[in-house]
Amino acid sequence: MNISYRNMKKIKHQSRILACWTLAIIFFFPIFWMVLTSFKTELQAISIPPLFIFEPTFENFSIVQERSDYFKYATNSLITSFGATIFALIIAVPSAYSMAFFPGKYTKDILLWMLSTKMLPAVGVLMPIYLLADAAGLLDTKTVLIIIFAMMNLPIIMWLLFSYFKEIPSEILEASRMDGCSTFDELRHIVLPLSWGGVASAGLLSIVLCWNEAFWAINLTAGDAGTLTALIASYSSPEGLFWAKLSAASTLACAPIIVFGWFCQKQLVQGLTFGAVK
Amino acid sequence: MKFSVSKALQAPSVILLLLWMIVPLSMTIYFSFMRYNLLYPERYGFNGLSNYDFFLTDPALFSAVTNSITLVGSIIAISVILGLGIALLLQETFKGRGIVRVLLISPFFIMPTVNALIWKNMFMNPVYGLFAFVSGIFGWPVVDFLSDFPLLSIIIMLSWQWTPFALLIFMTSLQSMDTEQVEAAELEGAGFWSKFRYLTLPHLGRAIGVVVMIQAIFHLSIFAEIFVTTGGGPGYDSTNTTFLIFTQALLQFDVGVASAGGVFAIVVANIIAYFLIKTVAKGMAK
Repeated sequence: MNISYRNMKKIKHQSRILACWTLAIIFFFPIFWMVLTSFKTELQAISIPPLFIFEPTFENFSIVQERSDYFKYATNSLITSFGATIFALIIAVPSAYSMAFFPGKYTKDILLWMLSTKMLPAVGVLMPIYLLADAAGLLDTKTVLIIIFAMMNLPIIMWLLFSYFKEIPSEILEASRMDGCSTFDELRHIVLPLSWGGVASAGLLSIVLCWNEAFWAINLTAGDAGTLTALIASYSSPEGLFWAKLSAASTLACAPIIVFGWFCQKQLVQGLTFGAVK
Repeated sequence: MKFSVSKALQAPSVILLLLWMIVPLSMTIYFSFMRYNLLYPERYGFNGLSNYDFFLTDPALFSAVTNSITLVGSIIAISVILGLGIALLLQETFKGRGIVRVLLISPFFIMPTVNALIWKNMFMNPVYGLFAFVSGIFGWPVVDFLSDFPLLSIIIMLSWQWTPFALLIFMTSLQSMDTEQVEAAELEGAGFWSKFRYLTLPHLGRAIGVVVMIQAIFHLSIFAEIFVTTGGGPGYDSTNTTFLIFTQALLQFDVGVASAGGVFAIVVANIIAYFLIKTVAKGMAK
């Protein structure tokens, strides 16, 4: 009786592991397939039955770089993601600090209002933004993307930093103030070191969201400031089948952020949930 | 710290977000009453409600709104249920759990245009796609996903991307669960379902709320996936509100109608947001 119960448990355990691996392989398969296809020739890419074993070629990658100047788009993605994130952090850190430690009567309402700006659908304000950018001569520039991405992510970053700063015991700050710390010193030497993880999660999340942003990138940029999302979208036109090249471009576009994501899972969760789920 | 310093620190973020909201919003509302097409800028003038009339009587509007709701609802339902199931499975400790975790969450980091093109070309293509190949093996009829089931295709793409998101958050939330409570319940003879119903689900309440809210924000404005795959078609079968405004107005450079559509989208989004924020965000702000 005891043994069979143990066996049952073991079988249960094993089958759960099996289920986990099966699901993991199913979910990862499209990415694996994309990467695999990027090493095929165009003919191999569309062969039926699908090829798993073949002689890999690196040709696609060099063609993608030559034909569509991958590095230019990658640089645009890098500059806009990091630029917008740094911009948003510079604005958000002092604000969130002040809201967390010196909350006023309306602090919570202000925070909720900030979150509600995320509810403004992009398509509702595309036209004005387009016209404003046009009037300012900013269409198809990295500057306009940096501004938009920063504004898009500012509410999320504010929430996140706020919830992190709130966890710092206020006694520490009171003690520092007794010792005559200025606001700036306090922020720099006490608050930031203690909530470094929070600032990092906010920044990481913002970078991922900017990197993958498609609506504004597609609608406001053309050849000059296009990001990788826009580059890939330009491959959607049905000019024949060139899946291998498309896969190579996609692999190059996604690889940096996937690897980035693997390393920063924990921080990202904090970011994604505005710090509400620990 | 003096009152004024704290105000000064908060000012930049509040002012910038206020500008980001008020300026485009008021322009959208203003343009929505104007006759204004970028192709014919000379025909500019007050237009009353005719932009709204044009947009709201568009026969495609009804299906666009239903499609939007279907997309948001089904993607959230699928990702929450699947995410929850997988998160519970992954509570098992075993060798290689870290790798399984990494593989499972990877789709979340794929950019929307890449996601759409992978599925469109390599899986759903009726001739060379893997789905066609698999149904060929079993002798099933070949399905042209994008033209026969356009909305379902988009739901598949987005669920693939967002289930990992739900999973990631549920896994994190489960880690903070009180194990003593669970053990106590087990000693009392609680089965899987009663543990799930009375311990796990209440513990995950907040996480589920967050997942639903964030996904609603993102999915109401699904654009890239439709843009790259079905182009809203066939007909209007996979056009959501965002995409309808894009095709009916923006592609025709009609600022007036686009703005009227924009106002409509904003109103719809805010009705939904009102209920979500009320239930979810209030709880978070505590």
